[in-house]
Amino acid sequence: MRYRRAGLARGLASTAVLAALAAATTACGSGDSGTTADGKIELTVATFNEFGYEELFKEYEAAHPNIKITPRKVGQAAPHHQNLFTKLGAGSGLADIEAVEEGYLSQVMAKSGQFNDLKQIGPSDVREDRWLQWKTDAVTTKDDKLIGYGTDIGPLAMCYRKDLLEAANIKTDPESIKATFATWDSYFAAGEQYVKATGKPWFDSASQVFNAMHNQHKTGYYDRDDNLVIESNSDIKSTWDKVTKAVAQGQSAKLVAWSDEWETGFKNSAFATRTCPSWMLGVIESNAGPEHKGHWAVTGSFPGGGGNWGGSYLTVPKQSKHPKEAAELAGWLTAPQQQIKAFVAKGTFPSQTEALLSPELLNKTSDYFGGEKVGQLFSEQANKVAGAQYKGPKDGDIQDNVISPALLSVEQGGSPEDGWKQAVEGAKKAAK
Amino acid sequence: MTSELTVARGRGSQPRPPRRSDNDDSGGRAALGWRDRLTHLDVRFSPYLFIAPFFLLFAIVGLFPLLYTAYVSLFDWELGGDEQPFVGLENYVTLMTDSQFWNAMVNTLSIFVLSSGPQVVVAVLLAALLNTALRARTAWRMGVLLPYVASLVALTIIFANLFGPQYGLVNNLLELVGLDRIDWQAERWWSHVAIATMVNWRWTGYNALIVLAAMQAIPRDVYEAAVVDGASAARRFFSITLPMLRPTIIFVVVTSTIGGLQIFTEPKMFAPAGSSSGGSTNQYQTVVLYMYQSGFQSFDLGYASAMAWVLFVVIIAIAGINFLLTRRIASSGED
Repeated sequence: MRYRRAGLARGLASTAVLAALAAATTACGSGDSGTTADGKIELTVATFNEFGYEELFKEYEAAHPNIKITPRKVGQAAPHHQNLFTKLGAGSGLADIEAVEEGYLSQVMAKSGQFNDLKQIGPSDVREDRWLQWKTDAVTTKDDKLIGYGTDIGPLAMCYRKDLLEAANIKTDPESIKATFATWDSYFAAGEQYVKATGKPWFDSASQVFNAMHNQHKTGYYDRDDNLVIESNSDIKSTWDKVTKAVAQGQSAKLVAWSDEWETGFKNSAFATRTCPSWMLGVIESNAGPEHKGHWAVTGSFPGGGGNWGGSYLTVPKQSKHPKEAAELAGWLTAPQQQIKAFVAKGTFPSQTEALLSPELLNKTSDYFGGEKVGQLFSEQANKVAGAQYKGPKDGDIQDNVISPALLSVEQGGSPEDGWKQAVEGAKKAAK
Repeated sequence: MTSELTVARGRGSQPRPPRRSDNDDSGGRAALGWRDRLTHLDVRFSPYLFIAPFFLLFAIVGLFPLLYTAYVSLFDWELGGDEQPFVGLENYVTLMTDSQFWNAMVNTLSIFVLSSGPQVVVAVLLAALLNTALRARTAWRMGVLLPYVASLVALTIIFANLFGPQYGLVNNLLELVGLDRIDWQAERWWSHVAIATMVNWRWTGYNALIVLAAMQAIPRDVYEAAVVDGASAARRFFSITLPMLRPTIIFVVVTSTIGGLQIFTEPKMFAPAGSSSGGSTNQYQTVVLYMYQSGFQSFDLGYASAMAWVLFVVIIAIAGINFLLTRRIASSGED
């Protein structure tokens, strides 16, 4: 029993504590009716990390005296979504507004019947052209229901070490950089040159490059009828071949993203480039530390066009006792003027077309990245995203638990053929 | 469990005698005052009330989940799915042909052997050392317990860093003494060694203290008689200490079997970025880790439940075999 108590229980502790907390808050806060003792309507809002909503809640409560907002905030995305799916399964216990991150969206879409159609219950002044087209498309079901309002996004750019590239005789003037990062082929060619010149890896991890490339394809692991097409979709195999070839050339630093060694890798200059969603700038700054200030640069020239990585939605589960009021609050929170305030507070990059043009955003610069006008840069990247790739029911599972380990096995010395076989078999098993 | 059962039996049996004397006045119950009847009821039922909380709690948090897991394992039970069709034993059939499951089973057994084996041997030796006339004995005895007191998650994170393939301290040391660096993550055998090291670090001292307690309960006069007969220290250890430690060693072996086969936190935290895959090709994924991945990442609760039950049966079987083996080995000196 020792290990089970210490092990499994501890592993699940976060979930259990969450569940207990959630149960406790619902129990004493609202009772069954979702109203407080003084007759106000209580709306619970479950988010993770930082959405930058704290001040906005106060503002909304002041404008709506009959509403009381109870935030439920979790540190990390993983336990938040585990809680979400567990409560969906249990049929009760969810907040009135549940945040959903893009990586988990496919699983939510597969259970879209348990969420309210915001086209039906949402306020009429919230129109779909508020958001970038692809942002809304991704959360629209096949039968044309809208189950979430977009909050933030993660438009992709490329981050690179200016000093390391120059040391390897790769020119870093704007024109040359544009050429170097024009396509994935030119990107890997520059990587080959870099490895030859320095003997050091070009990028941090194969899966981090693969995922960005994969998301640019029109069709992903599934077709629109939810058939797994990993074998027949030649784009996936050709991406696989390109990435594993680069691995064989020594271009990958073989650092698993978000591991301790990966974080150390930034400090040790273990790699020279990395795919860079808007939120990655802060991660690089804190991992690489002040001694690398000015070494890192970011460019809007992203191989193969644009892309998106991350960002969230606000949904209203059918479990909510006050769906109309919840939708109204979600609509207000995701309006351009509110998202700009959230951007100023916590740096979440807005998904609303109007917000992308606001001066607060466009004038944002980053000292760490050599004074680059990052607001304008990522605003342009957001508009470059071609469209939303359709994500099937197990898409996130396949990406994280099948493709990433398979790529890692190639980085650890396995053959690309074995890795591909592992990927295909794993995907079939996951999709079963 | 055994200790609790004995206690329950002991307490329950004590108040019984009065019942026999009550037998003959079943007809004259009206003659008894309410106070007597109350005493009668008290004597009869109170013991059960006193032990009831344990069994009630056990029924709620132990027995019910156990049985409900068996029930769930008969369905294609996806968490949050629209329907849960009954599939009979299909989950078990799939499991028996699932190569990932057998891979996880082999990993679990390998890590278990690498940890429990050395652990018990070292614990007994450590206990023998602690049982000698050391200076500051209590300090040493408390010292071996320190790894057990520290938080498991913190320990595992530190060990995972030590065993880091690129920037880990262990590899730097290996390089310093002229050996090759080892990819602790990539290579199956070495990943098992790394994980077993974490387990041993945490549990050896704990087991040593249990064995030490038993060692101190061995009567001194047995040793004195052996010394008089001219037995060497080694002979005394193998012919007196070990046989007389038998029940304790059985206890240690059985509990470490149960624990070792359910190992979860160590491989989970050993994986970079907390993945549940147990390495790129599942090279150190244990059964419980695979169960967790099926249940809470793929949300296939039916399959995970089937796995839980198979693991349960395997643990009982291996614990039983261990029990028989250790009884035989440790009894050789006594019979």
